[in-house]
Amino acid sequence: MSIPLSDLEKTVNSGLTTAIKRSEVNFDQLFVEVDVENIVSTILFLKTNKKCKFKQLIDITAVDYPQKEKRFKIIYLLLSHENNLRIIININIDEKLLVPSIAKIFPSANWMEREVFDMYGISFKDHPDLRRILTDYGFEGHPLRKDFPLTGHTEVRYSEEKKKVISEPVKLDQEYRRFDSESPWEGTKYVNESVENNKNKKK
Amino acid sequence: MNNLSQKEKKIPDEFKKIAKDFSENGFITTSTNNLINWARTGSLHWMTFGLACCAVEMMQAAMPRYDLERFGAAPRASPRQSDVMIVAGTLTNKMAAPLRKVYDQMPEPRYVISMGSCANGGGYYHYSYSVVRGCDRIIPVDIYVPGCPPSAEALLYGILKLQKKIRREGSLER
Repeated sequence: MSIPLSDLEKTVNSGLTTAIKRSEVNFDQLFVEVDVENIVSTILFLKTNKKCKFKQLIDITAVDYPQKEKRFKIIYLLLSHENNLRIIININIDEKLLVPSIAKIFPSANWMEREVFDMYGISFKDHPDLRRILTDYGFEGHPLRKDFPLTGHTEVRYSEEKKKVISEPVKLDQEYRRFDSESPWEGTKYVNESVENNKNKKK
Repeated sequence: MNNLSQKEKKIPDEFKKIAKDFSENGFITTSTNNLINWARTGSLHWMTFGLACCAVEMMQAAMPRYDLERFGAAPRASPRQSDVMIVAGTLTNKMAAPLRKVYDQMPEPRYVISMGSCANGGGYYHYSYSVVRGCDRIIPVDIYVPGCPPSAEALLYGILKLQKKIRREGSLER
């Protein structure tokens, strides 16, 4: 049985009261913003409340806004099978702040938090095993931060002398190219040319 | 009739000699080198190193439509018993060391086919922080198969090229 989004918004707001900083319905989805210290109680409420029952954690991810004072936005996506509803929970934090782990509530959050840690360098408090998950062993930096260079800092090759794969500072064989993401055709003029040719023929 | 005699002209003299020997004596003579190369090209067991979408085309090549087994090439999941490694897909920095390890476990003579743009030179991910810019930075490569991903036919052509290479320069000595 699904309940209307407005009902859900009311339930969430009355259940959590002051913990909710902001809530709005966009694109048929409920967006909720909370403070970092309230995240555990919010998630626990959404999971256990009889009207919500958000029993599946879809994903934890983050966004980097280097120009903002609170640099990172962490996003929790939850799904309620019983109500056929989704909810999106945001928290805004600055670089050094520790975020409480929700791995005790959702065991699947373990690896998701590790991924956020790996990609953005956000640390989680009380996480059972906080280490890198995707990048190479001994990798330095956090790739999804906006100030991370695309090619990274090191590259690997096999060393015939050492008889093993070694990692060295990046030295590109091919010059880095600037891709113009504004134009999907990037400099080709096939369309214009054909139009012009047709114009010339008409003349 | 004319057509047939034309076709006969195309048959290499070597083959005619072998056919003549065989029909007259019931056996043929050849050098050990040729015999060993013939055996090698006829049983190229490949180490499947499927890393990404190219692996799907590699599987396709082994399936009934292209049926690589008719050339004596068969997938072999163990490096210890394979002759050629097909690196199919994007090689990441983290996978580079295991790739080399698997290559080192293969017995001589061993060959490597690099399949697809990513394995050839990084391809789409050339500038990425986590991708090796070509698997030839890690292991020596014999045949490069271009494409993104290469069709099963292209891989088949690559394997035929490798057979040609073994016939040309393969020998007992290393």
